[in-house]
Amino acid sequence: MKWGVVTFPGSLDDRDTLHALSDVMGQEAVALWHKDETLAGAQCVVLPGGFSYGDYLRCGAIARFSPIMKSIARFAAEGGLVMGICNGFQILCEAHLLPGALTRNRSLSFICEGVTLRVENSKTPFTRVARAGELLRMPIKHGEGLYVAPENELRDMEERGQVILRYVAADGSESEAANLNGSTRAIAGVANQRFNVFGLMPHPEYAVEPMLGGTDGRRIFESIIESAR
Amino acid sequence: MRVKVFVTPRKGILDPQGRAVEQALKSLGFDGVSGVHVGRYLVLEVEAASRDEASAIARRMCDQLLANPLIEDYRFEVEPG
Repeated sequence: MKWGVVTFPGSLDDRDTLHALSDVMGQEAVALWHKDETLAGAQCVVLPGGFSYGDYLRCGAIARFSPIMKSIARFAAEGGLVMGICNGFQILCEAHLLPGALTRNRSLSFICEGVTLRVENSKTPFTRVARAGELLRMPIKHGEGLYVAPENELRDMEERGQVILRYVAADGSESEAANLNGSTRAIAGVANQRFNVFGLMPHPEYAVEPMLGGTDGRRIFESIIESAR
Repeated sequence: MRVKVFVTPRKGILDPQGRAVEQALKSLGFDGVSGVHVGRYLVLEVEAASRDEASAIARRMCDQLLANPLIEDYRFEVEPG
């Protein structure tokens, strides 16, 4: 399967994402530049973490206007798979390809920790190899990951199954203490209504090698690979 | 024309920054302080023939980029430059 990983000025995790995809997952992964106007035939486009445009104004607010975003919006409208991780999630929200917004962590501090996520919907292209309720360990590292959306929108999203991942305690139970950034309804990852665009604050690309603490992130990449078959 | 834009956290949206500042003020002894919100203040020079035109441009800029309507409110003032 062919993947594209976008580099914006200020992206940090682009190379590590390429490493996870090509060296660990054995995929064909190409680097895309924010000024590119085509997606090089990628079947899934990943917007990586980092601080695009220095997080000026609001996280993701300026990257959203990069030339490549027009192609990504078109690709998504045609049903193409798009995943935004961390800053990539923020960009997809700012671009209105995903509902809601990400704001400053409740604690106001940058958080770098391992978290436990519960798969709330396993019937999506991004989670299909997982079981519903399966727990995944991944790291988070962000200052602005508190997910918010209007209450009526949240209700609709929950009903449609658009809440894909939630922060939970290590035993899988819901716990305010495990919701480190204070996200509304402990939401860690969401999809659009069509389930072809997915954004999450945790980093699957940093959870693919045992040496780095775990391999649960592979479940996300394996799901996407399975979906593209 | 000079446009001054004020962006503040939307009512009802959690504003941890405003809350932290409020707590800090209280710890300094400013007991009577409440409803603290931290936002952004932008100053722009905008080419426009009239105040109305400058307002229309400012509104479009706010809607498209300067504020995120999901989490922020904005208002602006136009001053003949």
